Amino acid sequence: MVEHLHSDGEEPCVTLDAFLQQSNATAVRLEPDEDARALIPHLDRLALIEVAFPKFRDGRGYSSARILREAGYTGELRAQGDVLVDQIAYMKRCGFDTFAPEKALNPADVEAALSRWPEHYQTAADGAVPIWKLRHG
Amino acid sequence: MKLLTGNDLKTGFVTWWTGTDWSLHIEDAADVGEAGEAILAVEEAARRVNAPYIIAGEQTADGPRPAHIKDRIRALGPTVRPDLTLKPADPAAGDWVI
Amino acid sequence: MYKYDEYDHAMVAARVAEFSDQVKRRLAGEITEDQFKPLRLMNGLYLQLHAYMLRVAVPYGTLDSRQMRMLAHIARKYDRDYGHFTTRQNIQYNWIKLEDAPAILEDLASVEMHAIQTSGNCIRNISSDQWAGAAADEITDPRPWAELLRQWSSFHPEFSYLPRKFKIAVIAAAEDRAAMRLHDIGIQIIEKDGVHGAAFYVGGGMGRTPMIAPLIKDFVPLEDMLSYTEACLRVYNRYGRRDNIYKARIKILIHELGADEYRRQVEEEWAHVKSLGIDPPKAEFDRIAKQFALPALDASAPDAIDRSDPDFAVWVDQNVAAHKVPGHAIVNISLKPVGGIPGDAGSAQIDLMADLAEKYSHDELRVTHAQNIVLPHVRKADLYAIWQELDAAGLATPNLDLISDIIACPGLDYCSLANARSIPVAQKIATRFSDLGRQKELGELKLKISGCINACGHHHAGHIGILGVDRKGTENYQLLLGGSGAEDVSLGTITGPGFDEDGIVDAIERVTDKYLAERTEGERFVDTFRRVGMAPFKEAIYG
Repeated sequence: MVEHLHSDGEEPCVTLDAFLQQSNATAVRLEPDEDARALIPHLDRLALIEVAFPKFRDGRGYSSARILREAGYTGELRAQGDVLVDQIAYMKRCGFDTFAPEKALNPADVEAALSRWPEHYQTAADGAVPIWKLRHG
Repeated sequence: MKLLTGNDLKTGFVTWWTGTDWSLHIEDAADVGEAGEAILAVEEAARRVNAPYIIAGEQTADGPRPAHIKDRIRALGPTVRPDLTLKPADPAAGDWVI
Repeated sequence: MYKYDEYDHAMVAARVAEFSDQVKRRLAGEITEDQFKPLRLMNGLYLQLHAYMLRVAVPYGTLDSRQMRMLAHIARKYDRDYGHFTTRQNIQYNWIKLEDAPAILEDLASVEMHAIQTSGNCIRNISSDQWAGAAADEITDPRPWAELLRQWSSFHPEFSYLPRKFKIAVIAAAEDRAAMRLHDIGIQIIEKDGVHGAAFYVGGGMGRTPMIAPLIKDFVPLEDMLSYTEACLRVYNRYGRRDNIYKARIKILIHELGADEYRRQVEEEWAHVKSLGIDPPKAEFDRIAKQFALPALDASAPDAIDRSDPDFAVWVDQNVAAHKVPGHAIVNISLKPVGGIPGDAGSAQIDLMADLAEKYSHDELRVTHAQNIVLPHVRKADLYAIWQELDAAGLATPNLDLISDIIACPGLDYCSLANARSIPVAQKIATRFSDLGRQKELGELKLKISGCINACGHHHAGHIGILGVDRKGTENYQLLLGGSGAEDVSLGTITGPGFDEDGIVDAIERVTDKYLAERTEGERFVDTFRRVGMAPFKEAIYG
């Protein structure tokens, strides 16, 4: 099984192996133990990278996302799986722009979580200006 | 005998299943036999207990007691602070724990 | 001391609001305990043996009198009138109600404190030298760097779901008072050719697989400290083991990869992350450093101490350390009265220490990893007045670094992970050796007790270490000798079969008697052990 179907009309994601071997696919799914850097030579032709979070405690996908954004990837970056509302603000900072949680999230909670933080202490992949830079103009 | 224990969700206090409810006092604990898992599932879902589990216990003249030292200390309170146990006025209250 | 600006206030306030919301959702049943647990842990809230336990961060162990009084207030209002100072320079409360936790965090925020990341698989409170800024032997104050790291690590979006917890210590003296090389990352600020830089030791730790951190980079330019740390963490987050909780710390990754391969991967990552604008400019460091400036101390203050009260003189000799400014001293307040609970302090004692700090120590206190309190900037002329007040409050035990100055974890009296009680053992040992003359005869002797293999009581790093285990449902204590958490870092070795509670006290007495018989002039216990080895001690213990 190499395909993970999403909504109607969306191209299915292929596995990293399948993508690297043959494909002209434009959507790929990255498992936690797969090296995001393997995709760097192909970012131009990717429209969707889906990063899997089989367990919410497994934080490797956060690094995968940042690595992809730091390499200049501008397409859709989706967090899929055991994605909890209390994690999506961090995920967004790491570069995710869409979320496909296994268990639907309450939209009001999502809104609250994403607007929670007034500023951020550190540079990440969301383009936010870190607090130290705000302090010094 | 088998006992059910956990913590109260709001206060965190150690509680014991009495057969119908939860009590702070080990003396009130009931033998649940093989029914433990089923009771825990219902009680945890209803948030009447947090992080519950089943332990082995034994019946004594003074009432039920947990078999393992860890749960005996849970039932009493810290052995080094008798003033903070459930029976601060009774210096012998913890004699059965260790 | 660092003072929050509007940004720091806003961040902590947002966290309080977030956690209040999470608690509300938990109490309403919208999230399960499994989902709530990592959230409450990232706010320092555990479910312990008897109740919820709240661990409050004391960043790099520094606090002012207002903050100290707040710690007393929390003990009185929300707990049972006491707190426990920990080996990571924090304080924890044992009887917190979940429904009170948001209000406590609000109270803490009002004095620029928090419980952020005091637990969970994230970057924990940054620890440091308790004498930072006052010590005669430091090359600079390490705390501005610790504060930079605190801000960088707070709510770090990439490193909040690490394979396991992550502890960083920063020091800037040759003498290591923070067990730096037993941290996931130990940073030592050093001087090379007149320039300060950071030596990075990575992959140390205690727990069930104790390791001394190898040197990964001998000189990181200080302006690159955060990006280098980020590279260290990213390699760990990506490749640290997640299949087995007991092998998930960075020490295991580095042990399995080898220090050279880990270093290579970090260098590769660093070459990349260095370009991302992670390191703040010098202006930000200067802004922070300015706030840690040494208070205005009068270097012409009298240097002489009136030692006519013999009890006071004993305390001065044992608990007072050299300050870098003449006429001044560092006061170490022992939280280890004979028969007491190591690291515990009642709210009245906490208030008193706050008062003394305000009156005599330029409003500053420190928490030490040995679970004591420090007044860092005291005039020698004030020592006698301070001692009198401490003595009246039961806080003048003159036993710093002696055998009764025991580090002990809460053990099975409080901790749901423990296998055996630690505190009663500490009490019995302190009582057995209560004669101060005898303790002083034994000299520096660091005794550390853990109630389980997780080693919160640093037993691997004790000159004498004790590990409590569960042997068929009864408490049993293993004895270790020869460890050190200081600059002469080493890991203790188990002597042999374990003992019961009274047996371990007897065994320690045989060990110390053997030391007295074997030692040569000027040797500490650990020096003698290193010279003669385990065999004579084993013989003394087991016959």
